[in-house]
Amino acid sequence: MSTGPTVSRPDERESIAGLVGEQLEQLLPFRHRARNALDALGGCFLLAARALARGFRPPVDLGALLYQVESLGVRSLSIASFTAVFAGLVICLQFGFFLGRFGVGHTVGKVAVLTIFRELGPVLTALTVGSRIGSGIAAELGSMNVTEQLDAIRALGADPVKKLVSPRIWACIIVLPLLTVLADVAGMVAGAGVVNFEYHIPLVQFYESALDTVNLKDFFSGVGKAVVFGAIVGAVGCYQGFQVRGGTEGVGRATTETVAVASVAVLVADFFLTKLLLLVLT
Amino acid sequence: MSEGGDIIRFRELKKAFGPKVVFDGLNLGVRPRETLTVIGGSGTGKSVLLKSLIGLLHPDAGGIDFKGQEITYYSERQFLDVRRQVAYVFQGSALFDSLTVGENIAYPLREHFPKMDRRELAERVARTLKMVNLPGIEGMYPADLSGGMKKRVGLARAITTEPEVILWDEPTTGLDPISTRIIEDLILRMKAELGCTSIVVTHDMPSAYYVSDRMALIANRKIVQVGTVDEMQHSRNSDVRAFLDARLPRAESRGVGA
Repeated sequence: MSTGPTVSRPDERESIAGLVGEQLEQLLPFRHRARNALDALGGCFLLAARALARGFRPPVDLGALLYQVESLGVRSLSIASFTAVFAGLVICLQFGFFLGRFGVGHTVGKVAVLTIFRELGPVLTALTVGSRIGSGIAAELGSMNVTEQLDAIRALGADPVKKLVSPRIWACIIVLPLLTVLADVAGMVAGAGVVNFEYHIPLVQFYESALDTVNLKDFFSGVGKAVVFGAIVGAVGCYQGFQVRGGTEGVGRATTETVAVASVAVLVADFFLTKLLLLVLT
Repeated sequence: MSEGGDIIRFRELKKAFGPKVVFDGLNLGVRPRETLTVIGGSGTGKSVLLKSLIGLLHPDAGGIDFKGQEITYYSERQFLDVRRQVAYVFQGSALFDSLTVGENIAYPLREHFPKMDRRELAERVARTLKMVNLPGIEGMYPADLSGGMKKRVGLARAITTEPEVILWDEPTTGLDPISTRIIEDLILRMKAELGCTSIVVTHDMPSAYYVSDRMALIANRKIVQVGTVDEMQHSRNSDVRAFLDARLPRAESRGVGA
């Protein structure tokens, strides 16, 4: 009887060693992936920092910046306003419904406008417009990369970071806050309309209720977030474009990856920025 | 190989991409005003050699000298001066799609000579386009050009700063016979008219025979022989013979046979 456990010990040891080995093997790819992710994060930060600094190094190319603002921003006006209008409609319908349940339906203006200014405006704009802009940048720079145009820029005596990345990241930083303001207004107007139509709350009451509570800090906290989101979207797009390997397939991969990475990064940054702004502004 | 009068010298160059070793102690000297053709199979690192010279890639070990100066560990800023004197004609032309032909050619002029006025820029662009037999196409976009025209515009962009050395990366690959001959003649004209030193990377043997003063073969991660066209054609080196006669190296043919 007493020999039983002794006999089974080597087996047990083997199985434990096997288990540990299995676990380690499972962990290794994770470690590898984690290291790659950290590398990418560091690379992205470095690229953004270099691009932002080199944007000011003479000669400053304002023409390139304006071109990017036009191509990234002006062409995103419709998608930004369309998203904001429907987000405003939905959020006001929902708030109107459940605030009505508590008998405080008249406060819908406060709640809806606060939500739009502080969260919905900047975050939805960054997710929709940002994905469009970021993937566009990744595709453009990625194509330039695989056709050796980035090498050509260097071979011809120029700096691709200053020539290509700086105007794009700065344009994103300018464009996203402006589009957020547009989204705020569009969402608010659409929301006021649907509240009036569905719950018969007059427009004046909606706006007075909003103006009672919402202040400039709320507005600027949203616009300030959009500045950071702009930098994230621009940096991720440029970094992915610069990292493209493997021809056109690589360009496709970089484009889809940009949408995923930029969206997750915006949402993560949103949490920390919200916490920071609540600490600073209250 | 590494004589005192060389304008460019690669010394014991080593380069690997991950596990793939491209160069393992490569030595090559390029004489002033000569056209040296580097031949070798696909993936033997011919383009890597050219890119290392202007700092687009960096060797793992060894040295590169340009005009007697070691440039191996130059910073990006220091390479600017090398890049003004050494032009690179890319395999796929690498023209900027969003710029017109004129703007493409003016690009290096704007970078290297920021004070050059518009009239002079336009004159230089027109003159360079004339040199490559494509006058008056300044307003066209790269997408409107044929493959051969793109190569010539790529050359025009490379030579507009009047470089001393031109690096040609597969200049005739994928071109029809007439475009190939036009490019070959341009390589010869660049030497005759501008006195340029050229390094031509190719596996197009008729072109190599036509334009070369000397040829160098890369095989087994090294330069296995350098010599005139005649010397190469009569070489008894097994790697040279295998490449020129389009035979598989002995070990490989044994492998295929087994």
